Amino acid sequence: MRGAAGRLRHLSNLSSGAPYQNQNQLLHTMAAFKPTKIQVYPKLGEKVTQDTLYWKNYKAPVQIKEFGSVTNIDFSPVAPHNYAVTAFTRVHIYGPFSQEPVKAFTRFKNSAYCGRFRSDGQLLVAGCEDSVVRLYDISGKVALRMFKGHTKAVHVTDFTSDRYHIMSGSDDITCRLWDVPNATELTSYKEHTDYIRCGATSKLNRDVFITGSYDHTLKMFDARTDKSVMTMDHGQPVESVLLYPSEGLLVSAGGRYVKVWDLLKGGQPLVSLRNHHKTVTCLCLSSNGQRLLSGSLDRHVKVYNTTNYKVVHNFDYAASILCLGLAPDDKSIVVGMTNGVLSVKHRKSGVTESNKKGAQGRQNRRPTYRFFVKGKNFVPKQDDYLVSKPVKQHLAKYDKELKRFNHSKALDTAMESWMRFKKPEVPVAVIKELDRRGTLKNAVAGRDEKKLSQLLHFLIGNLVDPRFAPVLVTLAEMIVDIYRSVVGQSSVVDRQLLQLQDLLEREIDYQKELLEVMGMLETLFTASLPKKEALYPGISRSNGLTQKAQLV
Amino acid sequence: MVGNSGIRVVHRGGSKINFREPVITNDSRFLLCSAGECVKVFSTSTEECIHDLQGHTHLVTGVAINPSNHLQVYSSSVDGTVRLWDFTDGILIKTFVIGYPIYSLHTSAKHGGILFVVVPMAKDKRSEVFQLVAVHLPRSGEQLVEAQELSAVISNVSPNPATISFGHEGEYIASAKSFQLEVFFLKKQKSYKFFLSANNKKGVQNTFTCVSCHPKEDCIATGHEDGKIRLWRNINQKKDYTYSTVHWHHTAVGSLCFTPEGTSLLSGGLESVLVQWRYGQDSQRDFLPRLGAAITHITVSPDGSLFCTSHADNKITIIQSCINISAVIQGLVKDGVRTDLMVDPRSKALVLNGKPGHLQFYSLQRDKQLYNLDIVQQEYIHEAGLEQFEVVKAAFNIDGSWLATVEERKQKDSELEFNLKLWAYVEKTQSFVLNTTVSAPHEARITAMCFSHTANSQTTMLVTASQDRHFKVWQLAEPAHTEDEGQSWSCDFVGAYHSLVPTCCCFSADGSLLAVSFNEVVTMWSPTSWELLTTLSQPPGAIRDLCFGRLSCSKYLMGTTDMNLLCCWNLLTCSLEWSTSMDVSLLLADPVSENMAAFCYQAGGTDLFVFKPSEPRPLFSHKAVCSGNVTRAVFSPREEMLDSCKDEEQWLNRSQLYFLTQHMDLMTFITKAEEDRLMASSKQLVVDESVAITPFNLLLGKHRQQQQEKQDTLSAERIQLPQGSVAIKELLHTPAHVLPSASFLCSMFVRSLLISTTDAKEASEPEEEEMDSDKEEEDSEVEMQTSTTRQERAASSQESAAQVLTKAQERELRMVKKLDRSWLSGLLDSLP
Repeated sequence: MRGAAGRLRHLSNLSSGAPYQNQNQLLHTMAAFKPTKIQVYPKLGEKVTQDTLYWKNYKAPVQIKEFGSVTNIDFSPVAPHNYAVTAFTRVHIYGPFSQEPVKAFTRFKNSAYCGRFRSDGQLLVAGCEDSVVRLYDISGKVALRMFKGHTKAVHVTDFTSDRYHIMSGSDDITCRLWDVPNATELTSYKEHTDYIRCGATSKLNRDVFITGSYDHTLKMFDARTDKSVMTMDHGQPVESVLLYPSEGLLVSAGGRYVKVWDLLKGGQPLVSLRNHHKTVTCLCLSSNGQRLLSGSLDRHVKVYNTTNYKVVHNFDYAASILCLGLAPDDKSIVVGMTNGVLSVKHRKSGVTESNKKGAQGRQNRRPTYRFFVKGKNFVPKQDDYLVSKPVKQHLAKYDKELKRFNHSKALDTAMESWMRFKKPEVPVAVIKELDRRGTLKNAVAGRDEKKLSQLLHFLIGNLVDPRFAPVLVTLAEMIVDIYRSVVGQSSVVDRQLLQLQDLLEREIDYQKELLEVMGMLETLFTASLPKKEALYPGISRSNGLTQKAQLV
Repeated sequence: MVGNSGIRVVHRGGSKINFREPVITNDSRFLLCSAGECVKVFSTSTEECIHDLQGHTHLVTGVAINPSNHLQVYSSSVDGTVRLWDFTDGILIKTFVIGYPIYSLHTSAKHGGILFVVVPMAKDKRSEVFQLVAVHLPRSGEQLVEAQELSAVISNVSPNPATISFGHEGEYIASAKSFQLEVFFLKKQKSYKFFLSANNKKGVQNTFTCVSCHPKEDCIATGHEDGKIRLWRNINQKKDYTYSTVHWHHTAVGSLCFTPEGTSLLSGGLESVLVQWRYGQDSQRDFLPRLGAAITHITVSPDGSLFCTSHADNKITIIQSCINISAVIQGLVKDGVRTDLMVDPRSKALVLNGKPGHLQFYSLQRDKQLYNLDIVQQEYIHEAGLEQFEVVKAAFNIDGSWLATVEERKQKDSELEFNLKLWAYVEKTQSFVLNTTVSAPHEARITAMCFSHTANSQTTMLVTASQDRHFKVWQLAEPAHTEDEGQSWSCDFVGAYHSLVPTCCCFSADGSLLAVSFNEVVTMWSPTSWELLTTLSQPPGAIRDLCFGRLSCSKYLMGTTDMNLLCCWNLLTCSLEWSTSMDVSLLLADPVSENMAAFCYQAGGTDLFVFKPSEPRPLFSHKAVCSGNVTRAVFSPREEMLDSCKDEEQWLNRSQLYFLTQHMDLMTFITKAEEDRLMASSKQLVVDESVAITPFNLLLGKHRQQQQEKQDTLSAERIQLPQGSVAIKELLHTPAHVLPSASFLCSMFVRSLLISTTDAKEASEPEEEEMDSDKEEEDSEVEMQTSTTRQERAASSQESAAQVLTKAQERELRMVKKLDRSWLSGLLDSLP
């Protein structure tokens, strides 16, 4: 029911209402030519918020082809923040701006999983389809340690916060803790009833870690006890878990849902988000913890505000997304997809750009602010004789022509401005003004081939725009009327006229389809809406009293 | 029925000042023009109306300066009299009774004592044939003179005064009518007639519209329907006359005028451009464009320094030396009123359509236009038959901080264009500034618009009802986009009822209910939740007007229908309380009382009923207020209450009712007492003597004078200051060479200042005094002398201050004084 028509705001136009007190101003405005008003049309599409501006400020993505689908991305916690990309049987390490891997760990027998850095960035752990967990030195090539004990593929591995233990979760439905120096298994938990596919370790407590499993549950384990300390039911096979930096909140993704749990309240569900229409596969927090990102098989990455959990932005990708990584300070967004493509978007560096601009624009810089205000605040002395100079009114070129009643020329200059600045609003406003003056026909008539084709070109470009259609349809009709006799004399004009016809036919078809959809929707709406009037059978509440309405 | 003895219907302001050509006096200080039944004297420099020359009983049709006395002016009227006035004092000198209705008045400098007037051939008023008559004014000392000595000059003339002109030296009279120019030589008593062909090929229309004679040469300029100007020469011959044609105007020439020296010819017309043709050089012309509206008359002051143009929008523009507009006298614009009458809550001005695309704010008290608000903000093209944007609806919110306007333009073969604009009042500039423009707010024409009555601007709502079967509610909202700044209006709710067309909408006095009428049904909505609360219906007939009661009658909703019914619903019981059969053309609620006014159209005339919804008997009724239908009226709250206690006059105590008749006359109701009061005050307000003095000037001037006097007395005081006590005299009279050195005196003086008293307050006081005296002392004398003066003054001022001090303090003071003097006496002792 609530809708807004086309609405726009004006900057304050002080010359509009001449106050009574200032007679001179009144006289001045009376004699001045009122320029053509270029209508500002409301912006279509999504609203521009601070978030859209922030998340749009990335360069075009760099695409890197991996050997198979990319399953995990992990950023090194230490500068220069290299990132490990796990794809098929390899773990590649990329530098922040490199397009080639700076390091590759290739000695996996089968698919590698979950290559993650230790908090000092020196070691890297990765699981494998062959059930062995391997630990690498960043500079080395051969695995430092091999942790054997799982019986099936290990999909999740991570370091605990004390840096000497490794947590792993496997398809054999167990999760285990390993000691790094001795390469021994410390504990094994077998509480899940299905594959364990995701997990996270606490950054604050060395003993706590959380796993998510295909049995729909999330379990929190404490290494000091031999049982899970908390269990949460996600309702769907859990694909990804994420702990907030404060570790009071836990985010889990599974099925189409992203759920947030309050750990301090014993794992109470806080919010359940359903913004994707396919399984959500990965989660990520922006560096300041204000935004949550989720990637899904539906090829979208959504950005949520973590205070109200509303979607504030959306990224589209070419293929289903399996993993997602965000560099510290949101410097780049790395997304891995099922087709093996790694997409890296770097943030546009605002500082360097403005520097560059400053260096370039030095020679033709505009006059400074001080130049314009120079002498403006000069207060004349008592004996000074004031010579007032009439303020010269600045008019656009087309307005100058309109002022002289050169209607055809006004249209030409307006078209010129469209050719140069691609602003269709200007010619449309001038055409409207000519129509108001009743001289549009005269302005359009008597054009040579070049000028006519320019006009037709403009029509073809903007006729079907709903903002301009009411004005331009009249113009199109007029052109057809006037130039009907010269059809066939110029191939250029003929081709454009045919093009115009084609455009109109397509538009008519399109509108028909839209109307059909509208009809279908309307029946749905009427069926779904309750009969509102039936809710108030003659009962009214006027002046706070309940009275029987008398329908006379 | 209640008697209506004490209340009269009177015209209130807004008379046409552009009806006839205005006249500029010889000294160019005054401008006289006919305005309805009186002649108005304006100052050309301040635009202020100085005198209202009242006396005629019918429309004034001509004003002319007395050729033999330039401080007197003749005025003619349809009432059959010519009156002679002293315009500087505003006194009626003589009345000449002619006996025929007079349609225009002409004088000639060479014919003192003779007036030329245009009167109908037959004595009855409906006669369509007019003649120019010379009236010999009898010399008599009486006030009322019968002027019976008439002699016909030219028969069959046009009643339009622009078509008659006197030639140079008053030798001949040129008169034009349709296709014929007639020149009558007064000496020879002979007339020549020149004809133009009437054929209409190629759009040529030769009809004469105006005539002007060259003041020095035998040359007549005529303006024509097709915009051509012809200059006729050799007119004293029947056959050998010649004419040349110049052409700039694209439509009829409205007015022509030669400058007094004959060096240039001024012309104007619908284009609202003043064209100045150089006489003898036809190709040279100067233009003064964009004067606002079609030019109807052009006048030049006798010394040629001022031009003045009358415009179709009831405006007179005074132009200095053909370049700059020095003053604009603007009357109430009454053509093409499409909005309702409104009263601006801030300025208490009447608001209605003004110039094309503008709203005018018109002060009812001062009978003066305050300002024009440009709503459309588009260049107005002066061309006949062109459809332009017009303001059709306007509404103020209750405190006047928001103004909503609807402008629309309908072209023959395209769809209706219309915009809704919302204007915010800006305190700083004291004017309205455009806040939001909504283009095409509805799909069809807006039928009604109203603001809610809440004063809080955050919750102010605007409701627009449209023929597209919806009504929309607009509310002030925060910007939706980050790059927008400030608040703007957006649609909050769209309502409909059974796809019927809403016709009227109205908010209840407390803003808790919205009533929208859909054809025959009145729907009640809650503005907080936008629920449909209830529907009211009545015996058949579409609703024409809706109005909530105020104050104690706020539980009533009044409505009028097509079927000549006036209904009153009680909102507590949701039932029809009463209804009566009358053809109400306009229903109006007084914003400051419970009263309601209903204008009823009955048998060619309109009756007024004022009533309270709660009472069955009307408070006041007035039969035959005016002929024709009244569709626009407004209650204007009074600035000061009347305290009439008569029953039938009470409704006028707090507000005044204004209405526009079919003929666009602004009328009001006035009580006897008020009339008397107005008469008295108008006499007081007359500003005597020179033009430059306006009431404002008087006020300011008085203030200035006072200030000046004050300054004079101040300076007088100051001169007296240095004279003083014996000690100073002594010092002054002592020869300089016997005085000790200045350094010696200085140290002594300073020591005397360092008073050893414990009371710091006492010590600080004289010091302050000294600082003051430092500033005041302007004469530079020997340091010695000044210092003594200071001392003395300090002491004396202390004395005056001491009057309110306690005894103990007084004692201390005395001690201080002693100390003060001691150094001086010591000094005197040490002298040889």
